[in-house]
This record gives sequence, structure tokens and C-alpha cells, in this order.
Amino acid sequence: MRFALPPRRFMVACMAASTALLIAGSPIGASAADVAQPVHGGTLNFVVDPEPPTLVDLTNTAVPTLKVSTKVTEGLLTYDFALHPGPQLATSWSVSPDGLQYTFHLRHGVKWHDGQDFTSADVAYSIELLKRVHPRGKSTFANVTQIKTPDAFTAVLVLLKPSPFLIKAFSASESPIVPKHVYEGTDPFSNQNNNAPIGTGPFKFVKWVRGSYIEYDRNPDYWDKPKPYLDKIIVKLIPDAPARSIAFETGSVDLGGNTPVPLSDIARLKQNPKLGIETRGYEFEAGVVRVEFNLGNQYLKVPAVRQAIARAIDRNVIQKTIYYGYASVLNSPIIPESPYHDTTPTPYPFDVTKANALLDAAGLARNGDGVRFTVIVDPLPISDIPQRTAAYLRSALAKIGIAVTIRNQDLPSYLRRVYSDHDFDIAVNGMSNLFDPTVGVQRLYWTQSIRHGVPFTNASGYSNPEVDRLLEQAAVEPDEAKRKQLFGQFQQIVERDLPDINLVEQQQVTVYNKRVHNHTTSPDGLDSNFSDVYLSP
Amino acid sequence: MTSSNLKRVALRLRRTGAQAIPTVIAVVVLNFALLQLVPGDAADVLAGESGSATAETMAMMRHHFGLDLTLWQQLLTYLKHLSHFSLGFSPRFNTPVMTLIMARLPNTLILMVSALVFAIVAGIIIGVAMATWAGKWPDRVLSFLALVLYSMPGFWLALMAIVLFSVKLGWLPSGGDMTLGVNLTGWDWLVDRVSHAVLPALALASFFVAIYARLTRVAMLEVQRQDYVRTAQAKGLHPLFITVRHVLRNALLPITTVAGMHLGNLLGGAAVIETVFSWPGLGRLALEAVQGRDYNVLLGVLLLSSMLVIVANVLVDLLHAWLDPRIALH
Repeated sequence: MRFALPPRRFMVACMAASTALLIAGSPIGASAADVAQPVHGGTLNFVVDPEPPTLVDLTNTAVPTLKVSTKVTEGLLTYDFALHPGPQLATSWSVSPDGLQYTFHLRHGVKWHDGQDFTSADVAYSIELLKRVHPRGKSTFANVTQIKTPDAFTAVLVLLKPSPFLIKAFSASESPIVPKHVYEGTDPFSNQNNNAPIGTGPFKFVKWVRGSYIEYDRNPDYWDKPKPYLDKIIVKLIPDAPARSIAFETGSVDLGGNTPVPLSDIARLKQNPKLGIETRGYEFEAGVVRVEFNLGNQYLKVPAVRQAIARAIDRNVIQKTIYYGYASVLNSPIIPESPYHDTTPTPYPFDVTKANALLDAAGLARNGDGVRFTVIVDPLPISDIPQRTAAYLRSALAKIGIAVTIRNQDLPSYLRRVYSDHDFDIAVNGMSNLFDPTVGVQRLYWTQSIRHGVPFTNASGYSNPEVDRLLEQAAVEPDEAKRKQLFGQFQQIVERDLPDINLVEQQQVTVYNKRVHNHTTSPDGLDSNFSDVYLSP
Repeated sequence: MTSSNLKRVALRLRRTGAQAIPTVIAVVVLNFALLQLVPGDAADVLAGESGSATAETMAMMRHHFGLDLTLWQQLLTYLKHLSHFSLGFSPRFNTPVMTLIMARLPNTLILMVSALVFAIVAGIIIGVAMATWAGKWPDRVLSFLALVLYSMPGFWLALMAIVLFSVKLGWLPSGGDMTLGVNLTGWDWLVDRVSHAVLPALALASFFVAIYARLTRVAMLEVQRQDYVRTAQAKGLHPLFITVRHVLRNALLPITTVAGMHLGNLLGGAAVIETVFSWPGLGRLALEAVQGRDYNVLLGVLLLSSMLVIVANVLVDLLHAWLDPRIALH
């Protein structure tokens, strides 16, 4: 059958039609950013990976757990980007001049999702419980001896010694306030509230279909009216990274944090006019990527060898090639955003010639194949980035005559090997500074942190009495200037001693659909309670 | 069926039942031993995911998981649960294992059965086409297609299908087993579920289509040369009738055998396809159980798979007996 319309007119008609469609479809008029007033309604599709093992961050502080727990369970305080505290379940607070008493005045009229009243008894019970079962609770609340509740809306923490970092520890993502009447007298690990939580938060738990999704509904009785703005949050559990990229592109997912897509996809997603990339919101989690030495290894125990390895690594390559630019070069264990960061440059800048000279001087000559000795590198098997860093390490160390074998295993095997059996040479991992160096950094360099069988402690076996003294003093020093000085000295010593080499600070990324607003309003980022989040229509 | 056939079926089922019990015990003991060889335990995993731990919290977790008991005690506790038809409790998921498995079993069954059915139907049609025009160009083209499907990795095919049908064309969803946040009923619900199952089933079936096509082709060519087929042609029966009723029916025997084996294997779950499509099935559950060192869940899934393999074998035997009366049940 022949087409009646002459070809030329057909082409013109097609072009006109397609141009018309383009104009109609293009976003002329109000863009998402112009909607200043929050709008009620809508369902947020939030992707979290991997699936959280529990829905309350009481006994477990895995990254996905923090993302979901805080929508239901709240904390006493929130924080702004300068880490200054603001009110959540506590409306005002004060710290005594000697730092031994913390008084919190609690919000009136707050109810748990089952209708019971929130009181200071819940706060006292929660903090005692956190001290007992929270992965960090024992060290965070180590100096807290007693929690007094003079009335139903006042809680006083009594300390034995000052804890200068404690005021930063009351976010929902760090110290959740759980209902006493639900947890009292039960085993906190097996309490079913962990799978079907009630809290004081803006969203109520509805159901958890394992392997598939978690559903939360708006809490109409939330204390901060008229919030929340969303009707519903659906947490989608998508285990495959490229599948998550695709979910963002098809609009099936609106928001995801902790770099939900492969780093190589970010450039492409940035081009998509419907999607945006956010790098703020990870200040509490900030992680330092490091190479950790087992100081028991016959070669690595020699300082010159470690210095040579430090000189053989070009941090810029790691930042640009492995992290696609989503990292900043670092030689200190404390992140640059922290007020305690010391800016002294590394004593061992990148210099392959000097590295070779150091090893030659140490008496480690190259054999016939050009190899001085062999080491095994174990990368942390969480995401594939440590493996790629290990691959870079292999090529960098080959230039100074060290042959590297990369050993891959799954997470529990890695943890056993490094922290229980100490059966490793070099481990590539990343450690979070958390909200204060005493909580996040001390555990890596303190002699008392050499614990058999406990992950993410001092695996190198590093023990320096001077460092111990500095850290222990900084842990209780209430004067900020002195504390900064102590941490400064500490950083300079460990950068010189090299029990590990700090490489970069990883920059985590949030991918969001531009319809989503107010997802990142604090250093908690997507770990906040989402009461401010709204969707533009 | 005749009464002697029925008696044979009953005998077969009773023998299967008797074989099942030692199989169950062997599966449990063997897998339990194997899992103990892998370093690390569930407490390590949870502490690792938390990014922090203290010696006290790890001791508490181990106690909570029952990992502080001796190996013999753990094994005996598990067998005791099993004798009461309970699969135990998963400390990591904090739910009974039976609940976890039953939630995922229907999804796995839907995926496997639809993939196999599609693979068998498509495979037979392609195989018949190849056999009918054996040696001519349709046969060569289809053979090449079968080779490509056989050698292409399933997950790559899956990702390409998602990019084409979900991202570019927007016809089908990219993952999951249903649309969330909406309450659909009746026809809408069915359409939604089917649209989510299409791509995973096709991706899973791709490999098997090639196998069944080749098998059908070979079997049919083999049967076509038999003398009873020549007799049927001499009798003047319609060629289509001969192809379907005589040739195909005999050719189905090797196909059903192989399909039965595949069904048994697949019911363990296709972890890769389930991961790519975020399909909540048993394969992913088993994988997560291994990575989380959750022995109870893993043993539950493995037990279930072995039971289903036994059931699949019995069904295939029965099917053979029905297809070909010459095959007697033992």
C-alpha cells in the first residue's frame, strides 16, 4: 500500500509534530526548585541497601539500619551543619561548668505510637540500655554513672569524669530513645519491637516484607504539627547496584544515600534533568580510607619499610581514578571538616625514588625477578572500592619491588582473619570518624583497643605510651583549645610512626529525584527523621 | 489408571517417603559440618555491619544466637526442632525460619514454574520447527539462535532486557514482584504481577529454551525414522496428526526427564536473576544466609530444596508412566 502524502510534506509534518511535543514537554514555568512552600501528600520511594537486619538502631548501627530507624525512633537532639545541637525530644539542655552534669528538659505532649505518654523514664531507661547493648554505647556513655529523673519531663545525666564529646552523641542515629514499657524486662536482642517498632517519630511502621520493602505511614499525632508532609514512605530493597541506577532513571525510586549507584554511573545520572546529586549529609559518618599494617609481620615491623610504602602511594591517583573524584586527599586519621584536624603535611610525600632508596638502605635487596619480598593484601569486602584500591596498591608497590597478592573473601571471613586471628599483612579498609575522634579514631590507635575478636578496633597492634596518654587526656579534656592541641600532637605522632597510612576521605553521594525537597538538612543527611521532606507535585 | 498401576504408584510413594528421612538427616549433618568450616559467625557479621562493637556486645550476641554452645549441642538442638517439624528461629532476622521461607517460596515457585513452562513450550516449538526443516536454512538459523541463548550469561541478558523494556521503552517494570504503595485487586492485580514476572521468567528461561530445542530436535529426528511412524504414514494419517500424536509424544520422554532435573535444581533458587530483578525468592535468601552466617535459615532452605527435588523426581516418574505405558513403575 502506498502512502498518499508526498514524502516532503510528510517529513515537514513530522518535524512540526515533534517540535510541538518537545515544547509541550519541556519544563517551562515553575520548576521544582520554585515551590517554596512545603506541600502535603505523596509517597516517597526510598532505596536502602543492603537490607537492614533490624529496624531500630539499638543493638545494631549498620548503615541501612540508621536510614530506617530514625523515621520512627527519635533522639533527644538534632544538629546543624556546624554540629551545634538543636531540639528534638529535648527542648532545652545545659551542661554544668565542670562537665559532670547534663540536664535535659523534655518536650511535653509527646506520645508513643501506641498512645502512651513519653516521659523522662523512657530517657533514663534508654540511656542505660544503650550503655549495655549499643555497639558504641559502652564507650560513649562510659563516664555516665547515673541518670536522675526529678520529674516526668527532666532527665539529668551524672558523670564521673567529663566527656567533652558527649553533647554530640544524642542524635536519633546514635542514641535512639526507645519506649521503656516495650523493652523493660525483655531481651533487647529478641524483642519484637526491633522488627515492628513503635516510637515518637513522624512515621509509623506498617509492614516489612523481607527481601522486598518496608512501609511507613504518616503519624497524624506527631508532636511537630503540621509535619510530616509525606503520606507514606516505601523503603525499597534493591540488592543490585546497576538495578538501582535503572530504578532512579525509570522513576521507580526517588531517593537513595551512601552512593546507591556505581560511581561510574554518577556522571551519567547527573546529566538526567530529573535527577540531582548531593554530597552533604555525611558529616557524622565521614570515613577515612586507610591501609592498615600488621605490625607483627617481619617486614612491616621495620619503620623504613612502612615509610617506603607510604612514599610509593600517590593519593591523587586514588582520589581521581578509584573514587572518580568523590574523595579528598588526606594523610591524617581525622577528617578535614573536624575542628581537631591537624593540617601538617605528611612527612612522607609521594616519591618512588626515595622509597626505593629506603628499602635498599634497609638491606632488602631485589632478587632476580626484581622482587624484595611478598605481602598479602586483604581488602574490606564492603562494596567493590577497597578491592580496586588494593589493585592500585599492587601496581604501586610493584614499582618498589614489593610483590602483592590480593586475597578476597566475604565479610565475616575478613573480620575473623583481621580482628580475631590477626592473620593478615596489610588490610585496606575505611573507618568512620563518627561524631568525635574519641569515639571514632581512638579505637584504632589505643593500646587498650587491641581486643581479640572485636571488629574495627586496633588490629595493627600499635602501642605507643605517648599516644595512649594523649588520647586518654583528650577524652576527658573540657577545654577545646587544649583538646585541639592534644589531638594535633597525636596526629603528628601517628603520621610519623605509620601504623597505618590514611589515604583519602571518601565523599559519599546522595542521588535524588528533583521532586524531593529537604532530604538533607543536617549532618545526619538521610538518617534524619524526614519530617521536613516533601514532594513537589 | 488400572488398579495395578495405582498399586504401583502407592508403592513408589511409600518408598519415596522412606528414602526422604535419611536424606533429610544427611542434608542437615553435611551442610551443618560444611558451614562450620567457613570462618566467621553471625555475631561477626552483625558487628561488622554495625561498624563498631565491644567485647561485651559480641558476647551477648553470641549467647543470643546460641553460638556459645558446643557444636554437638547446636546440631542436636536443630535436629530436635526438626523432629517437631519446626525449622528453628533465625537470630539475624528475628523471625521463625518457616515464616521467612514460606514468604519467599511462592515467589520462587511462580518464577521457576513460569520460566520452565515457557522454556518447554518455546523449546518444543523451536525444536519441532528445526526437525521439520532439518538441514535447511530455518534449521540453521534456529540452531544458531539456540547456541547464542545457551552461551549468553543470564544476568547480562537480564540487564539488557531491563535497559530495553524498562528504561528505553518503559513497557515493563525494572524490578520487584509488584507495584508498591497501591492496593490493586482483581484484574489490575493480576496484570501488575504478570508484568513484573515477565522479564525475570524470560531471562531465566533463555538458557533452557536452547536445551529443550536441541533435545526436541534430536529426539524427533530419532523417532521419525522408527517403523511405526512409517506405518502411520502408510495408513494415510494427516502429517500434523503423526507429528503431534506419535512423534512428539515419544520425543517428550527425554525432555521431561531433563525438565524434571532442572525443576529440582531450580527450586534451590536462581540467585543471580533474583538479585538483578530484586525478586524476593529463595535463592537470594540462601545467599544472604551464607553471607550472614545464618545457619538456621540456610539449613531450612537447603532442606526445602532437597525435599522439592525428591518430589520433582517422583512427579517425573509418574509423568513418564502416563506418557508411555510401556514404562512400568517400580
